[in-house]
Amino acid sequence: MKTIDIDVKHVTRVEGHGNIVVNVKKGEITRLELQIVESPRFFESFLRGRHYREAPHITCRICGICSVGHTTASVKAMENAMGITPSEQTLLLRKLMLHAEQMQSHWLHVFFLAVPDFLGVGSVIPLANTHPEVVKRALRMKRLANDICCAIAGRHIHPIAMHVGGFTHIPKVEELVDLKRRLEECRADLGEMANLMASFEKPDFNRDTEYIALSDPNKKEYAFYDGKIASTKTDKTLDVDDYLTWIIEHVEPHSTSKHVKTPRSASFMVGALARYNLNHELLHPAAKDVAVKLGLNGGSTNSFDNNTAQIVETVHCVEDSIEVIDELLTRGMKLEPLVEPTRFGRGAGTAEVPRGILFHDYTVGEDGYITDSNLIIPTTQNMANIEADLRALVKQLLETDLSKEEITLKLEMLVRAYDPCISCSVHFLNVKFE
Amino acid sequence: MKPKIAVFSLTSCEGCSLAILELENQLLDILGAVEIVNFREAMTERDCDIDIGFVDGAVSTPTDVEEIKEMREHCKALVAIGACACQGGINSLKNHQNEDDYRSYVYGDGAKHFPTIKAQPISAFVEVEYELPGCPMVKEEFLALVKAVLSGQQWALPQTSVCVECKKQGNLCLYEKGIICLGPVTLAGCGAICPTFGSKCEGCRGLASDEALQAASINLREQYDIPLENILADLRFYGAYQEKSLP
Repeated sequence: MKTIDIDVKHVTRVEGHGNIVVNVKKGEITRLELQIVESPRFFESFLRGRHYREAPHITCRICGICSVGHTTASVKAMENAMGITPSEQTLLLRKLMLHAEQMQSHWLHVFFLAVPDFLGVGSVIPLANTHPEVVKRALRMKRLANDICCAIAGRHIHPIAMHVGGFTHIPKVEELVDLKRRLEECRADLGEMANLMASFEKPDFNRDTEYIALSDPNKKEYAFYDGKIASTKTDKTLDVDDYLTWIIEHVEPHSTSKHVKTPRSASFMVGALARYNLNHELLHPAAKDVAVKLGLNGGSTNSFDNNTAQIVETVHCVEDSIEVIDELLTRGMKLEPLVEPTRFGRGAGTAEVPRGILFHDYTVGEDGYITDSNLIIPTTQNMANIEADLRALVKQLLETDLSKEEITLKLEMLVRAYDPCISCSVHFLNVKFE
Repeated sequence: MKPKIAVFSLTSCEGCSLAILELENQLLDILGAVEIVNFREAMTERDCDIDIGFVDGAVSTPTDVEEIKEMREHCKALVAIGACACQGGINSLKNHQNEDDYRSYVYGDGAKHFPTIKAQPISAFVEVEYELPGCPMVKEEFLALVKAVLSGQQWALPQTSVCVECKKQGNLCLYEKGIICLGPVTLAGCGAICPTFGSKCEGCRGLASDEALQAASINLREQYDIPLENILADLRFYGAYQEKSLP
């Protein structure tokens, strides 16, 4: 019977700082923890006493990599709290921003953080010499996603023009025309990316899991910007205002870590794979083709497939961005004043951001200043599921002849497959101390 | 031998580290000119000296204090990148709140597990050769600084306020639209990107000068009738660590 101790300090190629600790004595797991060692941030406290208009600009600073996602959930929550209905043009521009962030984040994760595992190198840096075409393509694609955000809201990291009630800037027609041309050219790069991913063998691992994501009740759109909260374990769906009945925080008796569960499962998964499992029928046909090519046939319980689902989603985002740009160009754009509040009170907002469903929840007083807030981040929701997966994977790997180093690499790959954003979730999670 | 560069994060969103990756057109040239070393790995090798160490994030925990001191020991030049590392940034919003209150509001009974201190810039703990302010840092400034340091050239931040750059962009002054903007008191170098995209300057690059602050503070109250507490709230968005007196 095996006895191993794995202690990965600072898992690399994830956003933020985390440790994996696994102790196995005579074939039994005695301890398994994904520890968070990032500094606490206190964003909910920062928000109290600040003006409602500042909420998106404060909360986007939770995370540089998903700042558009935080901005989106923030403006939606604030608009819900204050009775604001944004214009059609605003919705189209927000969808384009969110698509661009999915592309930017997914490509960054797949090419820079996950691919080095499959090619057997420690980071993306040696790939610049050994696989320059892969790196150049990745950078070209990332640049495109970045430029979409720059044209609309000034920049990707901490977008400027995206506000409660609308935008303070609109892109020029010639900018959108040029971005559309580059999106069309990107189809060739997407094909190469799918070929590369198809050449990798993904670890064989399956565990029955509840998946949660937004879903369009009208079955028209693959939901990123809006929808009802849906689960693979029930046909019922939920309005965003009722999110706390499904997303239940609790303290595990054996640890001080705050975990999140649903009324149905002790853990659940959010993110690209959850969205794919719930909404794959609504993907663009080009994205469906890539899914088939990469072996995702309408559903998967292998968490390593999260990388695959990310690739599939970016194909959808490229195609849908072209359609959104066409719509904007056809209807014409004009700079609109920000829509003003009609009431004050409490409201929640949600969006599907690269790592999964994100909740912002604010209460605003009659003076326009924030009195309360609650933010539930995708990685926080995934934390219990990552641990449950690690536990199952360790058991599976103990049955094999793999060395401690090979087991460790597989565990790190599993954590990385979730694309965890520890900077984001840390303001919320409790650190486990010895 | 190529110069060694390391990037390290303290309390931050890591957006400034990410901004380096958003230099997509120059990234391969940078990788050709320097060796990027993992700071945590580099620290285990005794003789490994880092030529330029970039740090994003504020110092806001006892661990951050230890880490920035270690980083200083291993780096020939230390560069603070972004508002958090240069001024404490958005993290310092908590500095003016009651400590027990802001901790328990987020962590409840678990607050005891989180030793924290006031969010402070890294220059409050160690000597810093260069600062690249902004939230996030301006990546073109990063590129210019790297080039200057590697070629032994002088490098300095601009000394004017954001208003100068805003005028060059041809923007209508936001004060004309009744919007209070921190452009007059904020250090230039961002190209006035926020006013150019229709939003007020939030002061993420820190104060241009004490004189600018004093003048603007009087103007805001006397000419625009803005209460002192509103001016303070705006100045504290990224700059709550700074101790300045307003007239």
